[in-house]
Amino acid sequence: MTAIPIESRRLAPPMLALVGNPNCGKTALFNLLTGSHQKVANYAGVTVERKEGWLRTPAGTRLAVLDLPGTYSLAPNSPDEQVTCDVLAGRLPGERRPDLVLAVVDATQLARQLRLVLGLKRLGLPLVVVLNMADLARARGVDIDVEALAHALGVPVVSTVAVRGGGADALFGLLDAALPPVPPAESAGSMVDDHRQVKHILATLGLDRLPAHAFTDRADRVLLHPLAGPLLLFALLFLIFQAVFAWAEAPMGWIEAATALLGDAVGRILPDGLLRSLLTDGLIAGLGGVLVFLPQIVILFFFILLLEESGYLPRAAFLLDRLMGGVGLSGRAFIPLLSSFACAIPGIMATRTIQNPRDRWVTIMIAPLMTCSARLPVYALLIGAFIPARRVAGGLELQGLVLFALYLAGIVSAVAVAWLLKRLGSKGRQHTLLMELPDYHWPSLRNLAIGLWQRVLIFLRRVGGIILALTVLLWFLASFPAAPADFAGAPIEYSFAGRLGHFLLPLFEPIGFNWQIAVALVPGMAAREVAVSALGTVYALSATADDTAQALVPLIVAGWSLPTALSLLAWYVFAPQCLSTLATVRRETGGWSAPLLMAGYLFALAYAASFVTYRIALACCT
Amino acid sequence: MTLPDNEMRLSDAETGAPMVVIGLDDRAGLPDLQMRLRELGFMEGEAVCVLRRGQPGGEPLAVRIGVSTFALRRIEAACVRVAARPVK
Repeated sequence: MTAIPIESRRLAPPMLALVGNPNCGKTALFNLLTGSHQKVANYAGVTVERKEGWLRTPAGTRLAVLDLPGTYSLAPNSPDEQVTCDVLAGRLPGERRPDLVLAVVDATQLARQLRLVLGLKRLGLPLVVVLNMADLARARGVDIDVEALAHALGVPVVSTVAVRGGGADALFGLLDAALPPVPPAESAGSMVDDHRQVKHILATLGLDRLPAHAFTDRADRVLLHPLAGPLLLFALLFLIFQAVFAWAEAPMGWIEAATALLGDAVGRILPDGLLRSLLTDGLIAGLGGVLVFLPQIVILFFFILLLEESGYLPRAAFLLDRLMGGVGLSGRAFIPLLSSFACAIPGIMATRTIQNPRDRWVTIMIAPLMTCSARLPVYALLIGAFIPARRVAGGLELQGLVLFALYLAGIVSAVAVAWLLKRLGSKGRQHTLLMELPDYHWPSLRNLAIGLWQRVLIFLRRVGGIILALTVLLWFLASFPAAPADFAGAPIEYSFAGRLGHFLLPLFEPIGFNWQIAVALVPGMAAREVAVSALGTVYALSATADDTAQALVPLIVAGWSLPTALSLLAWYVFAPQCLSTLATVRRETGGWSAPLLMAGYLFALAYAASFVTYRIALACCT
Repeated sequence: MTLPDNEMRLSDAETGAPMVVIGLDDRAGLPDLQMRLRELGFMEGEAVCVLRRGQPGGEPLAVRIGVSTFALRRIEAACVRVAARPVK
């Protein structure tokens, strides 16, 4: 029988894999190739981010593109690099072996990056070298002869400008042609042999004369200056938090207005009853209350992406390394901790780049103290409601100042906790850093836009998914059982939620929370920002008259004292209640002790901070 | 371990002085460091220079190797043996 075996790869479109050093412009090329056709997920079984996209070549061929984690060599040093090596070897379960490897090479860093190309040639897969940033090399006086380089390497080479539209035309042309042949098998060379071969190629082609990037040197003289550097870093962070409030004001107003209009319209159309209550009190009041913070999240991520793209982030890690080392952390912990400002979960996953297990454990423990974006809605709601919008000393926004102080409180507690863990832990350990300080370059608008769009999608998916589900659940709990006609208070007090709130009240009364807050904290465990939508639903249902679509702010301003609001702000600095973070910690540490310890210490800190804040504020206000 | 007169550890090199890599040492407590340094380009014969040191305490070091820059702690830089590079 001569049946041809059907391989899975014949059914799915051919798969290209992008491989290269960190900071080689791989992701920019991925964005250029796939545009918005991207899917970000995790590799099966490991928490390394998996980015796949697809493209259609000018001739109409559909191709899948996999953006593999950046690696310096094919000898893995971290879980990220392990994934790259396993995928290339066809060893990762559930992952098919790529049909073509695109080795992305930064033309300004040829010596280091061509060694990886020599390693990739031995994989037995068709290989194309994609010479990225050749325009930058030319600007520095080195013109790369692509033909000669291809000849010397023995594999096809195409030149691209990943940050420019049309910069990949040569690559598209090549992808439409037949797959290049597998490079001839070579005996495995040692790192030193490869180094010699690369040096020889570069010397022959006259490519070893590239000067270092002059602008980066000049900029670092200021940005890494012992005094000016930290001052600029601090000023930059301060500016970001001011902008989060000042720039978001107008779009937030539009979203609020739209929510109110929609609530009114639905209220007018539908007859009074359960469905109207579910739509206006549950969905519109609940989801609108969270959606309104989208502009602030977009602004925060805009700055984080800008710093990441430009190459400044590792400099911040450099400046803070002594501080981090002083409290027993690796300088590498800076990037996971900064990611935790967006969300602790990717932050905790990013600790995988920290080789020392104890350093990694401490970093995981303090990651939730970095104020994640899910806390931003809670902060923004309370600050907007209770802190007057006026300018203080030198034209600074008081609201932005309070927000900055809350972020700072999280950082200071993280430093304190890390220091304490260091004192309790073993001494005299070696801390490693070994981190590239890449050349600065202008961030490309396309990459910023794609990165921001992905964040917006993640937020909207949360709003449409878990937040929606919990909002409906809470509406149900807050509406049933229906109060009998002769019940004196608001009907919600008779419901499951009302009873739960009153049951929890003795625990939270000493720190100034009322039963509505106690109810809102419970669904807030699944996602912190749900606390806001939960408050929206609870208060919408507590209102007795026809003002159900009214915004949350006036309701809590009328219902809460300033000490209560400040106490809730202090609570959220520590916010121990995030189940997905605890689940991630359990998965990453492989046991229950770390997540339980984390939940315990965060709860204790939150309770203590709220108690102190409430009592001091109470004493000052009376 | 004592070094020959013309050699020193990268961690002791003067800021801004042009040096050349002579060799790499292993160090207890930092497994694979030598290999990782090599992957980044710290190879025998390569030009190397300490660009600047963080403050306070002269740590970390920003080190230029080839045309790349890396941040190293002192203990990592101490694994790299260097000698003065004659300026052309």
